[in-house]
Amino acid sequence: MWWRSASFVLDNSRNPVNDNVPPKSITISPPPLTDSTAAAAPPLQNPNFNRNMPMSAYYQTRAAHHGVVTSDWLSQAQEAAAATGAVDGQEDRSDGGGGTGGRAFGVIDEFNRWRKQPDLAEAVAAIRALAAVIGNSEANTMMELEIELKKASDSLKSWDTTSISLTAGCDLFMRYVTRTSALEYEDFNSAKSRLIERAEKFGEISCKARRIIAMLSQDFIFDGCTILVHGFSRVVLEVLKTAAQNKKLFRVFCTEGRPDRTGLRLSNELAKLDVPVKLLIDSAVAYTMDEVDMVFVGADGVVESGGIINMMGTYQIALVAHSMNKPVYVAAESYKFARLYPLDQKDMSPALRPIDFGVPIPSKVEVETSARDYTPPQYLTLLFTDLGVLTPSVVSDELIQLYL
Amino acid sequence: MEPRRTSRAVIDPKVRQVGFFTATPPPPPDPIRSSSTSPPPPLINISPSGNSLSPVMIPPPRHPSDSLVLRRPPSSLDSDFYPPPSPTTTASAGDMSDDIIVSPPGKAGGRASLKNPQSAAASVPSGGFVTAGLVKVASSVPATGLTTVSVVNLPPGISAGGAVSVEVQNERPVSSKPLKEKTSKAERRALQEAQRAAKAAAKVEGSKTSIVASSNAKPTKPAKPPSQKNDNVTIVAASEKKGGDRPLEKDRKKDVPHPRMQYDDKSRVEKAKRRSVVKQTEARNRVELFRHLPQYEHGTQLPDLQSKFFELDTVHPAVYKVGLQYLNGDLCGGNARCIAMLQAFQEAIKDYSTPPEKTLTRDLTAKISSYVSFFIECRPLSISMGNAIRFLKNRIAKLPITLTESEAKATIQSDIDLFINEKIIIADKVIVKHAVTKIRDGDVLLTYGSSSAVEMILLHAHELGKQFRVVVVDSRPKLEGKLLLRRLVEKGVNCTYTHINAISYILHEVTRVFLGASSVLSNGTVYSRVGTACVAMVAHAFRVPVLVCCEAYKFHERVQLDSICSNELGDPNVISKVSGREDINYLDGWANSQNLQLPNLIYDATPSDYVSMIITDYGMVPPTSVPVIVREYRREHWM
Repeated sequence: MWWRSASFVLDNSRNPVNDNVPPKSITISPPPLTDSTAAAAPPLQNPNFNRNMPMSAYYQTRAAHHGVVTSDWLSQAQEAAAATGAVDGQEDRSDGGGGTGGRAFGVIDEFNRWRKQPDLAEAVAAIRALAAVIGNSEANTMMELEIELKKASDSLKSWDTTSISLTAGCDLFMRYVTRTSALEYEDFNSAKSRLIERAEKFGEISCKARRIIAMLSQDFIFDGCTILVHGFSRVVLEVLKTAAQNKKLFRVFCTEGRPDRTGLRLSNELAKLDVPVKLLIDSAVAYTMDEVDMVFVGADGVVESGGIINMMGTYQIALVAHSMNKPVYVAAESYKFARLYPLDQKDMSPALRPIDFGVPIPSKVEVETSARDYTPPQYLTLLFTDLGVLTPSVVSDELIQLYL
Repeated sequence: MEPRRTSRAVIDPKVRQVGFFTATPPPPPDPIRSSSTSPPPPLINISPSGNSLSPVMIPPPRHPSDSLVLRRPPSSLDSDFYPPPSPTTTASAGDMSDDIIVSPPGKAGGRASLKNPQSAAASVPSGGFVTAGLVKVASSVPATGLTTVSVVNLPPGISAGGAVSVEVQNERPVSSKPLKEKTSKAERRALQEAQRAAKAAAKVEGSKTSIVASSNAKPTKPAKPPSQKNDNVTIVAASEKKGGDRPLEKDRKKDVPHPRMQYDDKSRVEKAKRRSVVKQTEARNRVELFRHLPQYEHGTQLPDLQSKFFELDTVHPAVYKVGLQYLNGDLCGGNARCIAMLQAFQEAIKDYSTPPEKTLTRDLTAKISSYVSFFIECRPLSISMGNAIRFLKNRIAKLPITLTESEAKATIQSDIDLFINEKIIIADKVIVKHAVTKIRDGDVLLTYGSSSAVEMILLHAHELGKQFRVVVVDSRPKLEGKLLLRRLVEKGVNCTYTHINAISYILHEVTRVFLGASSVLSNGTVYSRVGTACVAMVAHAFRVPVLVCCEAYKFHERVQLDSICSNELGDPNVISKVSGREDINYLDGWANSQNLQLPNLIYDATPSDYVSMIITDYGMVPPTSVPVIVREYRREHWM
């Protein structure tokens, strides 16, 4: 459509370079397009080069925690981790140690220590790590402490830029902790202890969030309902677990969750709970939707519009559910509320993830490796958060009040 | 929020009789009683808090007598007669003059009917759908059914029996009223004096400062008992009232016509006109659907105002200058107008000195109010200006009593500076900062008209070296986009210029739509230059994100569902005439045609469904979050 427009023709004549624009790409203005695709595309094609493939640290963590993955993917990922992760890790360590100078303590280490606990969300680990920063700080003034905290949170954020909840958790922690009246205390030590107190409290709230959400969502799960879940989300699992414990009768449809097959793991967990589970391939969602009573998904991040960023495939499930008038419920802790506002799918920092197709892909074939998509708020029914059951539009209200 | 509710509850239910409202008709056969018990007096042009825009608007009913006004043949309008109060239905004048509530037609109409009876007949067929018989019926319907119409000035030549009762109803006699009425006015005044004496203990200084704007109808004003005023309070506007400064509010409401006065409410328009400085000639051929909006002949005010330059002692020169600029369109754009107004106020405050026996807070507020009413006469206020005025008045009202005059003046001046700086200039910078993050390399951005915020965004993105192209969409009659286009091209931005007619074509290639806004209302509706809604709708249909850039001080808690109930009508000539195209100017004599209506709307309302994001100084928010911003903003500043 666009390439037959007059002004595009004009543009073309202005920049003669861009004759070879692939028409299906989303960016329209030619010069940057050729650059970006040309630079990024060729190395991606060959499976042998997979180790160079960009890999989101967030998804690496997830895979390490609870991935049911194919062996070859795992080996690839390990390779990739060995190639890039080691370098990253060293950089991080040096950054964490060098940047803070005399500080005897690195946030990243602390963060990683917390992160090892499989049930602890990344954001909570970050919050715990930041709380430890306050505790170990040798600062003598509030300003110093604040700067130190800021540095720590920045280094945490830069450690993994693809994780929305990590960024959001750090930001929220900063807001929550520093917005206190601590600055009015005369005595620095009492102010500091107050900060630590708040930090601990925030960490605890975040830890409890999952329980609260599970309790809140029980009213929505009724006997005999069929729930469609997508991907593996610990909150959703907690919700379903609580429902099973409450002797609710329901069955669950699990999508497979390609490429890392997170749905398989969820179905395993549910089978352990004696919940009837049916496994679907991702493309069978529309086929089964008329049997489904509600869709339950987790979220990597909840953005300001009230939409969610979640594992690839959530958007299409939400679209199908919306067109069939099925409710789409999102379970997400409030530390995932991020100050982001994607306008469309491509308006986010991409989190990439290698995809195993089982067969070698010809080098001329481009592979979409993005790991997540954005579901706009109009396709979501309710968000279950630890702040309560919210409509999507309330998310922005909460964020405004928090950040104003 | 609490005082709002209580004040609403306090209001006398009688108030409800006043508005646009088909009440049970007051008993016609007993005129004397009805006058003594005083059917709710005409709404004074001023609403209780004239400075504040009321959150809800009452769409006016279209009653037949009004439509007849519209169809009045030009012959019955003598141009020197300034406010044609109710030139209704010349045919009904004779029959109805003895019926009290059915107010006889206004002076012009009455006179015309005496002079040339055929003019009445002439008016009838031109109405298009009313027959001669219908006219009589129609004229009596509003009179009995609608209390608003019940108070109209009496023509001098009407029988005395009718006149007596009507004149009692008349709150404000026109300057040209016959002597006979004055006696009754004195009577009423005596009555009011008595009432006031009773009230005087309660509020000593309340009515003192009220004489501010110079007007011939003044003497009756301070005599007005507060109870009556309460009756006049419209429900909605009263809700704006804040708990503390009630007497102050009352002073205020004397001077400023309500910013959104319903212009088909004759009595109120009457009152407003009597005190107005700018003499506006009402448009002859008013657009039917927009009768509630001011519709004046354009181009007549300026010479008139210029000629009166030395007579206007009440208006500060700086204010006068800005007002003239509004009038002839030199100043347009929400921010520019608001800044100019605030700076004019600053000048005026600098030269202000409190008259003896008055307090600065009250007198200055009244002064500002009179300036505001002057501005309104020049051009209806934008919502941003309304908000700024609200801010200013609030600041004045909250001045500590202990301050000396010079200190107080300095405080207010610095407050104004702060407002301009923080709420407009810095806010724009923040908006630019946010918006630029949404511009990627390779984007094609579309903008409509000329918005200062959008221009800043585009230029800043260009300075950052982003590769993008701009499509400037423009429309007649203002063609504001040309200026924007020129400034963008000068800076080296790649641009495409097109008219709104091609919008569906050009949107194929667009990736983002950036729009400015005159205001954002609390249901997310964007109130902006006419045409914006069209652009947003087409963009929505093409799934192109629409980003609205608007400073938070322009947000308003009102809710508006269409572009009709509140809008501004521009000069109809500019849409009927195309300059430089003599060959297609077929509508030269349009003003005389009764069948032609040319609504030149200035604004329109874009439903929030079409808006993906609103970029404000509080960040990027979805349109559903506007109420939060409004609430937080209020809390921060004046609540």
